[in-house]
Amino acid sequence: MNIVVCIKQVPDTKGGVKFNPDGTLDRAAMLAIMNPDDKAGLEAALRIKDETGAKVTVLTMGLPKADAVLREALAMGADDAILVTDRVLGGADTWATSTTIAGALRNLEYDLIITGRQAIDGDTAQVGPQIAEHLGLPVISYAEEIKIEGDSVIVKRQYEDRYHELKAKMPCLITALSELNEPRYMTPGGIFDAFDKEVTVWGRADLKDVDDSDLGLKGSPTKIAKASDKVAKGAGEKVNLDPTESVAYLMGKFKEKHII
Amino acid sequence: MKKMALEEYKGVFVFAQQVDNVLDGVAFELLGKGKDLAKDLGTDVTAVLIGSDVKGLADQLAEYGADKVIVVDDPVLKDYRTEPYAHALASVINEYKPEIVLVGATAIGRDLGPTVSARVKTGLTADCTSLEIGDFPLVAAPGKESEQKHNQLLMTRPAFGGNTIATIACPDNRPQMATVRPGVMQKIAPIQGAKANIVEFNPGFTPNDRYVEILNIVKAVKTTANIMDAKILVSGGRGVGSKENFKLLEDLAEVLGGTVSCSRAVVENGWLPVDLQVGQTGKTVRPQIYFAIGISGAIQHVAGMEDSDLIIAINKDEDAPIFDVADYGLVGDLNKIVPALTAALKAELGK
Repeated sequence: MNIVVCIKQVPDTKGGVKFNPDGTLDRAAMLAIMNPDDKAGLEAALRIKDETGAKVTVLTMGLPKADAVLREALAMGADDAILVTDRVLGGADTWATSTTIAGALRNLEYDLIITGRQAIDGDTAQVGPQIAEHLGLPVISYAEEIKIEGDSVIVKRQYEDRYHELKAKMPCLITALSELNEPRYMTPGGIFDAFDKEVTVWGRADLKDVDDSDLGLKGSPTKIAKASDKVAKGAGEKVNLDPTESVAYLMGKFKEKHII
Repeated sequence: MKKMALEEYKGVFVFAQQVDNVLDGVAFELLGKGKDLAKDLGTDVTAVLIGSDVKGLADQLAEYGADKVIVVDDPVLKDYRTEPYAHALASVINEYKPEIVLVGATAIGRDLGPTVSARVKTGLTADCTSLEIGDFPLVAAPGKESEQKHNQLLMTRPAFGGNTIATIACPDNRPQMATVRPGVMQKIAPIQGAKANIVEFNPGFTPNDRYVEILNIVKAVKTTANIMDAKILVSGGRGVGSKENFKLLEDLAEVLGGTVSCSRAVVENGWLPVDLQVGQTGKTVRPQIYFAIGISGAIQHVAGMEDSDLIIAINKDEDAPIFDVADYGLVGDLNKIVPALTAALKAELGK
C-alpha cells in the first residue's frame, strides 16, 4: 500500500505571534514548523505503516527551505520525500496550488492521499478537496479517525454537531484534523538517517498534465486587492459604577448594538 | 485558467444549507448579504436548496429574502456527502450561470465549496467576514483606467490566525465564489407569509466510487461544548473564586444561549476541564461576544480571544490588563454584577 502525505511549512502562529513596533506582523521572527493538521495526517499514515507495512511518501510544495519539514517527516518515519519547488509556482492561490500538487501526484502510485484539513497561515481548508477534484478521487474532509479495511478506508468525519462514519474505496483523499492523534517525536536514529536520505526535488517540468495557465500567480483566479496586518485594537470604554448602574450601562450598550 | 465569457453570468446565488431538513442559520445570513450585493448589481438573489424532500423549506427562504429558490431534490441527497452535493451545486452553476455564489463556511461548506469551485474552474475565497461590490484594482494604475474592472465582488477575510486581513477579488472567472463565516452577516427581518418562486432542477445522479458510503451517523452528545464554535462565551478566571461559583457564569450563559469557558488558572485549580480553556495553551476563540469575568488578562489568555467581535470585561481590579482589550469594561464585584446582569437579560429577553 502506498500513502502520500501532503505537508506544508508554515510560520508558527500558535507559539506566540510576534509584532514589529509599528504593530505589523514580524514574520522573520517566527519559527517555521510543519503545519499541525498535516503532522497529524503524517502520524496517521505512519500508524498505518506500523500496522500494514505501507510505504509513506511525503510531498511538499514551497521554497527550497521547506526541505526542513521533509527531513522532519523522514526522521519521524516517512520513507520518501519530494520537494516541489520552482519560481514559476510562486504566488499560487489554492486553485494553482492544488493543480501543482495534483500534477506532482500524477507521477506517483498512491492508494491513499492524506493532507491536513487546513494550514495555520491561510486557514482555507481548500487545497485538499481541490486536489481530490483534479484527480477525480473521492474526498473525506475533517477526519478524526482513519482505519484501513481491505481496499477501503473507514473514516470518522467530523461535523459541528455529529460525526459520520464513512467508507470510501481507495484510492481516495482524506483531510486530517489535529485532533486525530498525538504525533510522534523524531527519534535520534531517525534524525541521523533523515539527513543521509535524498529528498527528490521536482520543478515545473516534472508536473504531469498541467497547463501553464493553471500555475503560479498567473494561474491563480483569486487576486489580492489589499492586504494588511491587523493592528491590535485599543481599549474601549471602562466604567466604575455600582452593580445596578453597571448592568444598566451594559444593557444600554447591548440595545445600541442590537444584541438584545 | 481558460478565458470565460463573463457577461453570461448573472445573479447572486446562495447555498441554503440544511441538515435533517432544518435550514442552517447561515443560509438566512447569506440571503441577507446576498440581497445587498444583488441590489448593488441590479440583479436578484436565488437560494439553492439541495436535499431529499426539502421543497417544504423553500418558503422560509423566501421569507428571508430569496427572490427565487432552485430546488435539487433527490433521495441520494438525504445526508450530506461531498459527491452528490458537489454534483448538484456544480450542475446548478453550469446551468444557471450565476455571477456570485456564497456558501456558509461550515464543516459542510468548507468541503463543498472547494470541490465545486475546482469543478466549475473558478476561484474561491475562504471564510470571508466582509463582502462588498467594488472595483478591482481598488485604485486604477495611472494610464490604465480602462483596465480597472467594476462591479467586482471584494471578499475580505482574516488569515494568519487572524493576525492579517486580506481583500480578494476574482476578476477573470465566474462565478465569484466565497465561503462566509457563520454569524457575521445580518439576516433581514422575515417577510411573513412570503411564498417562494420555486424552480425544480435535477441533474441526474449516477453513483460511482466517488459516492462514499455512510455507515453510521452519530450525533454528538458532548460532555463539554466546543468553545471554538460558540457564538457567545462566558469565560471565567481565577477571580471567580471556586468551582461552585461558576454557577453564576453558567446562569448568564444559559440566558444568552452561550457557553462557559475559562482561563488557564481555572483549569490548574481543577474547577473546569481543559477543553474549556481559552488562550495560547488552550483554544483560540472568536465568538461574537466574549465575557471575561474575573480574568486579569495575561498576554497568553488575550492571544486566544482578542479577535472576538465584542469583549466585555468584569473585574474588581481597575488596572487589570484585560481592560486594555475590552470594548466595555465594568470595574466591580462580579458576584454582584453577574447575577444582576443575568436577571436584567432574562427580563429583557423574556418580553
